[in-house]
Amino acid sequence: MDFTRRETLALGGAAALTFVLPFRANAAVDDVIAEFTGGAAVGDAGVELTAPEIAENGNTVPIAVSAPGATSVLVLAAGNPTPGVATFNFGPLAASQTASTRMRLAGTQDVIAIAKLADGSFARSSKTVKVTIGGCGG
Amino acid sequence: MASGVKPRVKVPKSASAGEAIVIKTLISHPMESGQRKDGDGNPIPRSIINRFTCEFNGQTVIDITMEPAISTNPYFEFEATVPEAGEFAFTWYDDDGSVYNDNKAITV
Repeated sequence: MDFTRRETLALGGAAALTFVLPFRANAAVDDVIAEFTGGAAVGDAGVELTAPEIAENGNTVPIAVSAPGATSVLVLAAGNPTPGVATFNFGPLAASQTASTRMRLAGTQDVIAIAKLADGSFARSSKTVKVTIGGCGG
Repeated sequence: MASGVKPRVKVPKSASAGEAIVIKTLISHPMESGQRKDGDGNPIPRSIINRFTCEFNGQTVIDITMEPAISTNPYFEFEATVPEAGEFAFTWYDDDGSVYNDNKAITV
């Protein structure tokens, strides 16, 4: 099979795109995380994210975060057009650093929670949610 | 301003001092994400509630910043400590500058 110059270029372009697109999406997530943590190292223990394994409807996916002693928790959806979901800032009268809400997911993807703990360190937890029907309109 | 915005909050009527209570809040709001398109293919502009706060007698319980990924009719459930009798103040901030309030008193 012979490739003309034009076909080769088109193939190369397509291949480059498939590499660049996921990288860009990840870069957006990394940027948001870096902005939240200020570039500090992120540990594993200290935050718990509860999300369903399979969500039938991506428009309302119930999630809960729990991070004992945390001052704030950032929730991200890595596969959404904009990765940010919400930031929970806990005040002095919060009985426990837990909160739950409902979020939109565009498709099957990782949901990430990053907590800023009382001692200033950061913890991360993530969970993959399978979405049957996406939640971003058409 | 989004029409038909109605906050609903569930707080126990009374609690013992220092007790942790569960608060559930819901506000009816379309939370238009800015990603959708109308029938003619024009993007529908973003219109969401971007911040929710809950205070008890002036002290913060929780302060949530929201992005378009929060579902229609944003729902939140969290826990608060009640040190004395007083009033919870719930505030929602809309993208268009509207502010929605609700207050709930609690006795000890």
